[in-house]
Amino acid sequence: MSLTLQNVSRVVDGETWIDDVNMTLEPGSFNVLLGRTLSGKTTLMRLMAGLDKPTKGKILMNGVDVTGVAVRERNISMVYQQFINYPNLTVYENIASPLRLAKMDEKEVDRRVRETAEMLRIDPFLDRLPLQLSGGQQQRTAMARALVKDSQIILFDEPLVNLDYKLREELRQELRALFKVRNCIAIYATTEPNEALALGGNTAVLNEGRLLQMGPTAKVYHQPKDIITAEMFSEPPINIVQGRVSEEEVTFDDTVHFRLNSDLRSLSPGEYQFGVRASHIGLVPHADDDLELPVRVDLAEISGSETFLHVHNPHFDLVLHLSGVHAYQVDQEIKVYFPTHKLYVFDTQGKMVHSPARMRDL
Amino acid sequence: MASITLNALAHSYIENPTKPEDYAIREMTHVWEQGGAFALLGPSGCGKSTLLNIISGLLKPSNGEILFDGKRVNELKPEERNIAQVFQFPVIYDTMTVFDNLAFPLRNIGVPEHKIKSKVHEVAEILELSDQLKRKAKGLSADQKQKVSMGRGLVRDNVSAILFDEPLTVIDPQLKWKLRRKLKQIHEQFNITMVYVTHDQLEASTFADKIAVMYNGQIVQFGTPRELFENPAHTFVGYFIGSPGMNFLDVELNDTLTFGGHEIATSGAMLTRLKAMNASNIKIGIRPEFVHVWDGKNNDAFPVEVDFVEDLGTYKILSFLFNGQTMKARLSEDQQVPSGQIYVSFPEQWTKVYVDEYLVDLTVQAIAVNNDKETDHAN
Repeated sequence: MSLTLQNVSRVVDGETWIDDVNMTLEPGSFNVLLGRTLSGKTTLMRLMAGLDKPTKGKILMNGVDVTGVAVRERNISMVYQQFINYPNLTVYENIASPLRLAKMDEKEVDRRVRETAEMLRIDPFLDRLPLQLSGGQQQRTAMARALVKDSQIILFDEPLVNLDYKLREELRQELRALFKVRNCIAIYATTEPNEALALGGNTAVLNEGRLLQMGPTAKVYHQPKDIITAEMFSEPPINIVQGRVSEEEVTFDDTVHFRLNSDLRSLSPGEYQFGVRASHIGLVPHADDDLELPVRVDLAEISGSETFLHVHNPHFDLVLHLSGVHAYQVDQEIKVYFPTHKLYVFDTQGKMVHSPARMRDL
Repeated sequence: MASITLNALAHSYIENPTKPEDYAIREMTHVWEQGGAFALLGPSGCGKSTLLNIISGLLKPSNGEILFDGKRVNELKPEERNIAQVFQFPVIYDTMTVFDNLAFPLRNIGVPEHKIKSKVHEVAEILELSDQLKRKAKGLSADQKQKVSMGRGLVRDNVSAILFDEPLTVIDPQLKWKLRRKLKQIHEQFNITMVYVTHDQLEASTFADKIAVMYNGQIVQFGTPRELFENPAHTFVGYFIGSPGMNFLDVELNDTLTFGGHEIATSGAMLTRLKAMNASNIKIGIRPEFVHVWDGKNNDAFPVEVDFVEDLGTYKILSFLFNGQTMKARLSEDQQVPSGQIYVSFPEQWTKVYVDEYLVDLTVQAIAVNNDKETDHAN
């Protein structure tokens, strides 16, 4: 079962919510829709599910046009941000509900409910009501209901956003494992680049209703087609510095110079935007040609095992992503080392014209 | 400005509690020093909201005392405690201007108008709200509203402490770090005791100089973000701090520590201590960041099986099986992705030993524990 969107647009009250999207999702694939709030993720999912009709374009399942087919007649499940369960039904009956609707044999219902509950580790709570469970267990119940029938397409709309991060970490892993053994199409919407990376599979980056880029997740991350994709798909966002290439050297904001290295020699002279990943800037030099930049600390954000260090010099701001815990005072003066061999280069229109050598093999 | 002391404090929502599990807060003695930036971090249900309500006076503890600057405040009502609170959702008057919102707590206590003016301007300046003072609060963005909420706590001179309860929940991700920076600056300028309650390690570690990690109604560690990362005092801290959390292995103590027949390098002093403790529930913990991965055989390395590798863009997480148990190691972006059989080692410095879930710390004298017990008996 494949799902294809052909030139799909949706216009609501004269406003374009989805703008000419083309994509094909293969059976057994895990697909992440990545984009900020209002980028069109939910709208696109509703179109895929048949909850809304596209203004233009076609939706095909296995090559068959299903554009006008109602959601009830498509074999689809959906999991939402809010934990949606029937409050007056036990966990068991919640999970069983789609099977009962399909009038499945009672023995088979029981087997499937127990199997799915066990997989999601909620089997000890089958007799409880949803509100007697923790948030994580409630969302697992909603997921179990989506997984218990053999849907051809399962849509997840930011399902983990209301849970704490440890629980999210665990549920993400479970989801990955779960879908490895299924042959359905999974579609998962998120606003978080790091969640897309953790889920793997394919990623489609959405911005203002348009599909910017789609492909294997690691490839889209390492080889973004343009500056918006690169920014949307990095957290902390990739650092962008305006600069110029001349015959001999690269200049950032007229103040920082370094000699053109073999890596960048193919660029013709002119104006560019240079991108450097937060994780590529260091507190110590990693290569002979790293640029030393004196900067001032804005804030060290610490995430338990990592530090996001926000700094600035008189001309531009930078964010560093460091492993481990590093404490800094606000306004402290430090030196950071900026790699000249790991630069992404974008033209003035934002199109990527150069990526770091190692990333090109992907 | 005040220090906050919890003295043998405990709280149960049950009438006649009998066992430890009956307590939402298990007996604890803890001091928040004057002027510190603190966080109270833990998962939902750990008791942190209960503790916050006890400090602010919304809840009377069933046992023990709460002291501000050494003075018992158990009987004082919230408004008598001079505590400012900033909640998840901004608490401001929509129909008032920003100025009037900030002036409100001062007018309430009858501060003369000219003093109000200078104080409001001073606080607005720090919060970068000066050009918004004449606007109605209704039209402000969520982050500006939350800044006004904070400002209402900062205008009063006599505030003992400011309590924050997940204050950045409603703020857009792109704006969060700016507010975090503002909070830090405010703390440095005002030198007020601040306690920040959250379930998020990033919020806690970015704001606080010292974090109290709560688990099952207890503070299991009170330390700097770095101490929580490098030296977790309890297995829960190892698990909860860091993504992914610490790896734990159940080990056996014979002549040495072993896991599935493999000897885990441990100092002689540690082995002596463990034997003296007569420990049976022993775990070793090592963070994914500190696991060394080798391609080939090596004296200290154990053979393990690669399970899978997650490419997280800027780094990779390798999952491997060591004697049937899944463990994780963090690989740098440039490190080769291994497959099949590989070798890992655990540097002794980063291999922590836990007995009954608590860290065995050789720098702390074991004898002290025994002495305590004896005095208890004597009493």
